[in-house]
Amino acid sequence: MRASDLPAPQSAISPLAFDYIRRLVRKESSIVLDDGKTYLVTSRLGPLARECRFESVAAFISHLQSTSTGKLHTLAVEAIATTETSFFRDHHPFAALRDEILPEMVRRRSTSRTLSIWSAACSSGQEPHSIAMILRDRFANLEGWNLQLAASDISRRMTDRAREGLYTQLEVNRGLPAPYLVRFFEQTEDRWLLREDVRKLFRFFHQNLAEPWSVVAPVDILILRNVLIYFDVDMRREVLRRVRGLLRPDGYLLLGSAETTLNIDDLFTRVPVGRAVFYQVTPKKGQER
Amino acid sequence: MRALIIDDSRAMRSILVGILDEAGFDTVPVADAEEALALLDSDRNFELALVDWNLPAMSGLELVVALRKIPNLEDLRLMMVTTETELERVREALDSGADEYIMKPFDKEMLLEKLTLLGIDV
Repeated sequence: MRASDLPAPQSAISPLAFDYIRRLVRKESSIVLDDGKTYLVTSRLGPLARECRFESVAAFISHLQSTSTGKLHTLAVEAIATTETSFFRDHHPFAALRDEILPEMVRRRSTSRTLSIWSAACSSGQEPHSIAMILRDRFANLEGWNLQLAASDISRRMTDRAREGLYTQLEVNRGLPAPYLVRFFEQTEDRWLLREDVRKLFRFFHQNLAEPWSVVAPVDILILRNVLIYFDVDMRREVLRRVRGLLRPDGYLLLGSAETTLNIDDLFTRVPVGRAVFYQVTPKKGQER
Repeated sequence: MRALIIDDSRAMRSILVGILDEAGFDTVPVADAEEALALLDSDRNFELALVDWNLPAMSGLELVVALRKIPNLEDLRLMMVTTETELERVREALDSGADEYIMKPFDKEMLLEKLTLLGIDV
């Protein structure tokens, strides 16, 4: 839990209001809010309620309940669905990408010279930008390649932020190696701006993972971290089924450290890489990667 | 693992000692660069040093330069822990021999993440 997730006492909401938001979020995003997540609703909706000049979160929810579904409802769902992120979050998956997965993919794709990566819940962009920095730092030989680097989030506000590439001191202080800060960022008063040639490597777009996906081309590396945990089992199964349809036979899926395909979709194989775990689609009998 | 903490603020030394002790380090806190260098004359058994920039007399940056000249201390991982937040300062610290840089304010999680970047298991 983040410190900012702690609600102010006056922002309490009734069980009925919580239940309304829970149903709205479930319907629009398939995200399941468990009992006891009232603090999450109040903390995430607080800033939006203030911005829209409601005197409290409760008043904001009351307004949502009394009007037909529109832009405010979408903004509310997006605010709740936003996940926490940081540069090189958890370190080990990025070390595995840098030292094993990306070199292997670059080697395998040396003839087609095409590499496709999708960061499917990128929040404010630190995840795809971390990969962009690794590519700039370690893979200068990709000049002239067809790089299809995409990153999406359910929140348009987040994809706007990601595209902008402007971060606070607290954000660059978390997980970002200092040599990368010096090499890839410019300082603009109290913010840090990712250099243009790095922040433009990924294309950012809006994608609600509960709706049809706009990425249809085969993907070499699909990053879907800390998403499945918010879905119920049926939606997890559906998302993993779609992932199987999208991943190349030798492609890799990266989930969050608390997530697994186990007992949800048996057609994935768990592949430990360094100190991280990736997943590959299990080849059918007689097929090789 | 042993860590040397160089900071002239008693409160900051206490915070850093608390975080590193909990992470399993043996910590040795000192208040200035001279004390750190005197200590290292007889005891170089440290894997990590956290160095504040603004120290009395010799600065943290000068200390980093001095530490990098001490024989048998090449494997010491050096991180600046400082209120200096200018990009040029970060560059200067790295060019002088620091391996990492964390800007105040920070929390425990941020500090431990930086240690992971230095290849230290926490």
